[in-house]
Amino acid sequence: MAIFNLNINGKEYRADVAPDTPLLWVLRDHLRLVGTKYGCGIAECGACTVLVDDNAVKSCVFTVSRVKSLKVTTIEGLSVNGDHPLQLAWDEADVPQCGYCQAGQIMKAAALLKRNPKPTDQQIDDTMHDNLCRCCAYHRIREGVKLASTKI
Amino acid sequence: MTTLNKTSRRDFIKISSFTGGGLLLGFSWFSAEAEAPLTKTIGITSGNFTGEVGFNSYLSIAADGTITIFSPNPELGQNIKTSFPMIVAEELDADWTKVKVVQAPLDTKKFERQVTGGSGAIPHSCKRLRAAGATARYLLVAAAAARWKVDTTECSTSNGFVINAKTGKKLGYGELAEEASKIAVPADVPLKNRKDFKIIGTSVRNVENKNIITGKGIFGLDFYREGMVFAMIRRPPAFGTKIKSVDAAAAKAMPGIIDVVTFKNNVAIVGNSTWEIMKARDAVVINYEKDGNIESSSDHDQLLVSLLDSGKTTERRKDGDVEAAFKNAAKIVKSEFQCPFIPHNPMEPMNFFAHVRADGVELVGPTQTPASARTAASKLLNIPEDKITVEITRLGGGFGRRLKFDYVVEAAELSSIIKKPVKVTWSREDDMTGGSYRPAVRYRFEAALDAKGNLVGYKLRGVGINVNNSTREDNFPSGAVDNLLIDSVEHISPITTGPWRAPVTNFLGFAEQSFLDEVAMAAGKDPVQFRLELLQRARTKPVGAIKYNIDRMETVIKQVTEKSAWGTKSGVSQGFSVYFSHASYVAQVCEVVMNGKTPVVKKIYAVSDCGEVINKSGALQQVMGGIVDGYGHAMYGKLTFKDGAPEQNNFDQYRLIRMKEIPEIEAHFVDNGIEPTGLGEPALPPTGGAVANAIFKATGIRLRNQPFIDEAPFKTV
Repeated sequence: MAIFNLNINGKEYRADVAPDTPLLWVLRDHLRLVGTKYGCGIAECGACTVLVDDNAVKSCVFTVSRVKSLKVTTIEGLSVNGDHPLQLAWDEADVPQCGYCQAGQIMKAAALLKRNPKPTDQQIDDTMHDNLCRCCAYHRIREGVKLASTKI
Repeated sequence: MTTLNKTSRRDFIKISSFTGGGLLLGFSWFSAEAEAPLTKTIGITSGNFTGEVGFNSYLSIAADGTITIFSPNPELGQNIKTSFPMIVAEELDADWTKVKVVQAPLDTKKFERQVTGGSGAIPHSCKRLRAAGATARYLLVAAAAARWKVDTTECSTSNGFVINAKTGKKLGYGELAEEASKIAVPADVPLKNRKDFKIIGTSVRNVENKNIITGKGIFGLDFYREGMVFAMIRRPPAFGTKIKSVDAAAAKAMPGIIDVVTFKNNVAIVGNSTWEIMKARDAVVINYEKDGNIESSSDHDQLLVSLLDSGKTTERRKDGDVEAAFKNAAKIVKSEFQCPFIPHNPMEPMNFFAHVRADGVELVGPTQTPASARTAASKLLNIPEDKITVEITRLGGGFGRRLKFDYVVEAAELSSIIKKPVKVTWSREDDMTGGSYRPAVRYRFEAALDAKGNLVGYKLRGVGINVNNSTREDNFPSGAVDNLLIDSVEHISPITTGPWRAPVTNFLGFAEQSFLDEVAMAAGKDPVQFRLELLQRARTKPVGAIKYNIDRMETVIKQVTEKSAWGTKSGVSQGFSVYFSHASYVAQVCEVVMNGKTPVVKKIYAVSDCGEVINKSGALQQVMGGIVDGYGHAMYGKLTFKDGAPEQNNFDQYRLIRMKEIPEIEAHFVDNGIEPTGLGEPALPPTGGAVANAIFKATGIRLRNQPFIDEAPFKTV
């Protein structure tokens, strides 16, 4: 066990965990930030996607010891009032079905829009191809990203 | 959004008091007295709520106009938590922005059919929900009329207000609730004419969007209770094996591990956090031994073929004289189709919280069948059902997997052993290898045509693994063919199976619609025309029972051919399919273009008749999601076994469809205003057939087995 000081959503957190603990489980079990979801544990589904210094990272395989002073943003910290362009677009396009994968989808899209606020259809598809949605709400996920890019 | 976790009458009183008193209306959503006239089961009370009223469910209106509606059915993405309240609000003329929806816990005394499955919630409940809203509206109008001393005919309602037609004065529902609650419940309240609908049929956004997109902990896996422990369970890696020995010493010594407990064929690793358990589980040394048949997919492939020839059959439907029809046929078409096992793979793996105490049991988590889960837990623990509460969290997908309650009972059993509140989490690998699969099935179809190309004989034999009846014997074209024989064979296996979105029809729909395409070709007829002729024959000269609605099926066929300009396009190859399941009708046309030698599915048109569409947005999600789900699994889905063990255990080996692989979808609904029928499943079964038929048109290659990706033209030797 070791103490890790983490900057998550602009706040300082402390976790006493084994260094190989994936960030996902530190967030969920130790810090009770449960918006980030467990889906596969092997970086295949994207449900656990968070931002680490603005890059989309699959937190199920990103150990807590790698975080160091990097800034972590989870779905809970994407915006203060739930009004990030992606969140507004997700509601407007009525994207979620079961909703379980959507935090990961939104965080993946957030990283894309940070570096490319006006992505092409192809760029959206190439990026979002990484994230599984078992309800197959892919059409609306795509629509949500496009709509969000008009709100930036 | 709050979730109740207790069900006593006192709790409901408490709720109504903190919503400021007002009107609390019980109505028969799922009442055990559902067959009785609805008005008799509506009770009403207010104020201090003295006296017993036979409530079944509740709609409450607070003094500030807030309307609370309890939604009893588990929500897994079918959007019931939005569409149920929409129906009530419609008849109530409520202000939708003031409606709050609360997930009700399990309560078999108050609700009937607290189940998510069979695409049945809206068909079952729509009329009850409308009557509940209409009755409340009637009482509110009566209260306003009394206050204004006018006749009720001089009052109208709109957006949460009663309006005086003469004076233009308005009274909010919240202001009237108390008085309304003292008025006798009327015997007969008329429902709205659908032309006056303001909410039903519109697009209303999911009431849970805000919680989902801000990461609120609304799913079972998110549930946390102070003092609870975490657990994961190792189950036998192969079907047909059992535990021989367990050595948990090393695992027990690992950090964060509280205990390792063996019960039945389970080894539970109990600890302080998920990651510590995930590491320790691998340190438990478990030896397994044979406990039944050890089966492999290669054995199944041979077995299914031989059982079609010589298995013990159960006759499902017989019309006319099939033997003679085939003997005298001008042409015989025969084809076989096979699908593999597939897991459900909901994005949220199985999990459940259980706390077994001396005085009762608390169960919390994602389940499609809370009542069955409770009954099973009651039997296992020998604790009466009324001592067991079940709180239903939002489900991160279900697809039929959570109709089974093995994971609920297992959590309860573990809690009873360790005497602690525990949340059992399945890893993805546990979830994918843990059984309850869509079974592998093989079909043999045979058709007899006369010299004019008329279908005069039809045979279907299905053989399924752990599926009692792998056919749907009354499906089209039954009723349209003089001589018909449908039977089935079952093979019993240790590999566990269960319902998977559109059970049986998820593959049968593909097989039937592909075969009918083949028969149409053999008869030299257009595939659409061929089906329309059969429907006409079923109408004019029905054979035996007709269990589908000919007009509804004909309508979706005609509409989809119009929307897709069937048969008139150049540059694309079209395939057609139509299917009736869960009381609804969906016709699809798929368009394929070639990329070199590989067909690419570009677009799928769908026309659905599910009766009245409640929420346009949610309905589109069910159809579009159902089509992509059907296409994705037909294309890629395959779980194989070697020596009883699943060979794929996570998404690196098990392929699910992703964004770049989805076709464009154009979905339409038949606007006929009839009572709603199901929609969670019906759009899925026709998709495989439409796709395969379009691929045949494009390539001349007939896909008969799933997944398509393993077959020509996708797989090149």
